[in-house]
Amino acid sequence: MNNQAIREPALVRWTLTILALAFLALFLALPLMAVLVEAFAKGWNAYLRALSTDVTLSSIRLTLIVAAISVPLNIAFGLSASWAIAKFDFGGKSLLISLIELPFSVSPVISGLIYVLLFGLQGLLGPWLVENDLRVIFAVPGIVLATIFVTFPFVARELIPLMEEQGREEEEAALTLGASGLRTFWLVTLPNVRWGLFYGVLLCNARAMGEFGAVSVVSGHIRGLTNTMPLHVEILYNEYDFVGAFAVASLLALLALVTLAAKTALEWWHRDELVATGH
Amino acid sequence: MIKSLWNDDIRQFFLAAAMAGLLAMGLATLIPGARAAETRTLLNVSYDPTRELYQAINDAFIKSWKARTGEDIKINQSHGGSGKQARSVIDGLEADVVTLALAYDIDAIADKAKLLDGTWQNHLGDNSAPYTSTIVFLVRKGNPRQIKDWDDLVKPGVSVITPNPKTSGGARWNYLAAWGHELNRTNGDQAKAEEFVAKLYKNVPVLDSGARGSTVTFAQRGLGDVLLAWENEAYLALQEFGDGFEIVTPSLSILAEPPVTVVDKVVDKRGTRALAEAYLKFLYTPEAQAIIARNFYRPRDPEAIKKTAATFKPIKLFTIDDVFGGWRKAQAEHFADGGVFDRISGRK
Repeated sequence: MNNQAIREPALVRWTLTILALAFLALFLALPLMAVLVEAFAKGWNAYLRALSTDVTLSSIRLTLIVAAISVPLNIAFGLSASWAIAKFDFGGKSLLISLIELPFSVSPVISGLIYVLLFGLQGLLGPWLVENDLRVIFAVPGIVLATIFVTFPFVARELIPLMEEQGREEEEAALTLGASGLRTFWLVTLPNVRWGLFYGVLLCNARAMGEFGAVSVVSGHIRGLTNTMPLHVEILYNEYDFVGAFAVASLLALLALVTLAAKTALEWWHRDELVATGH
Repeated sequence: MIKSLWNDDIRQFFLAAAMAGLLAMGLATLIPGARAAETRTLLNVSYDPTRELYQAINDAFIKSWKARTGEDIKINQSHGGSGKQARSVIDGLEADVVTLALAYDIDAIADKAKLLDGTWQNHLGDNSAPYTSTIVFLVRKGNPRQIKDWDDLVKPGVSVITPNPKTSGGARWNYLAAWGHELNRTNGDQAKAEEFVAKLYKNVPVLDSGARGSTVTFAQRGLGDVLLAWENEAYLALQEFGDGFEIVTPSLSILAEPPVTVVDKVVDKRGTRALAEAYLKFLYTPEAQAIIARNFYRPRDPEAIKKTAATFKPIKLFTIDDVFGGWRKAQAEHFADGGVFDRISGRK
């Protein structure tokens, strides 16, 4: 009886379910299918040929390099920032939190432009860089910088609420028992937040590989040199190479699916622990 | 308590993360295409519709340079709206040569970044423009809206696709061609011309940042009744998309001269001056002129022109110098901040 009181009528339930499913189909499943259909429009061989051209391979290489540099840096940063914020008291804490979240609220185009204004030839540091023959924008370092900027909050954002919720009791206990600060971090704090950390890393990586706007501004779009995968998709599309464009897009979509699968698998393997820690 | 919390998970996690990172790096270096760094390279920063042209030109030039000097070289390409590309070069994109849609964009590089001197346009023949083009209309098969000439573009309900004159060179040629047509019709009434162009832009639903973006909007996304396009872009679209379209040649249009030049400061720094100059001079050779004609640009070489007579319809052309007093003047008057284009697009 109680059950009936909290349940909506069948009609409402079904309508809502169908609406949700239709929404999912329209905005997620169909576009994903469209990508695959276009990618394989001329068959498996054309798909492989499109992926194995020099410029496409170099865009994949660049994307991997950018992610391999920016994700570890953001893990290190995210861990230290969230540890400091959640476990210690200091002045300017809320300012620091706002700063970390800044990249979320700033348009990616602006994120790219600040680097052009800073490192461009007409920018603040540009002339000095040119004199010393250092290239930042329109080269790999600029792309890495822009990517780090936009993926900055992902790890920290996952960890801060988690660490705050867990409080300081365990750390305080560890310290009373004679563990050093670093030891406490490694043995107590880190194991407690490992799932949050992993989730943050997955998100961070997905965004690092998929970022378009900020990278587009600092890339210079040199074929085979400074085009990441998302930029390369746009170029191929503009060159009427639809199989090529959607083949690369399908790789990016695959990355998203793998990310999702990894997250689900982890949650499943560790479901007992997750229940125990209240996740 | 502490011991029990320290399980192997976290160590495994970092190990896995490190492995993934190394794997990514390893994969990255394994992927072929990482050529020996010793090969000399040229960077050609160009505008939007020249992608296919320079692919063909580069292949031919690399062969010809190899035959002449025995040296293997590589030519890198960057494409985008002409104004945007010039902006990138000003901001430090190290282009050995720029091949842009209009002279003003190269003037801007000379003025703002001082990477080359103001007399650049006299360094090569034909105003440094080894090929020309003009502005034509691309309409849907059968021309359902019966668009024959410029006047048909301002009729109510006709949807016109053209890129943004602020970022695209082709868009500025489109704009000036329309202006020049009305000026010609009204015997030089500037106010009428402005009114005409304002009316035309009221019929534009979307301004892409480059010519190619507009072509894709029109041909692939199916927006609009007519695309104002580079002649070469219109023919290429016919070739790519086949039957769905036809080209309408207006009674009068503008002679577009997309210029090329070496970026002095960059080539001197990189030691590529001789190579870059040879590359641009190659554009004037009969071999390159034939490639130019095949890619639907109008060549300069009289022999090559003869062969294009079957493709290109005769069209009355006016020049920017005659009607607008040159690019610097046209740019300042029409496209600079607060210029006529800002005025008419604010009026929307």
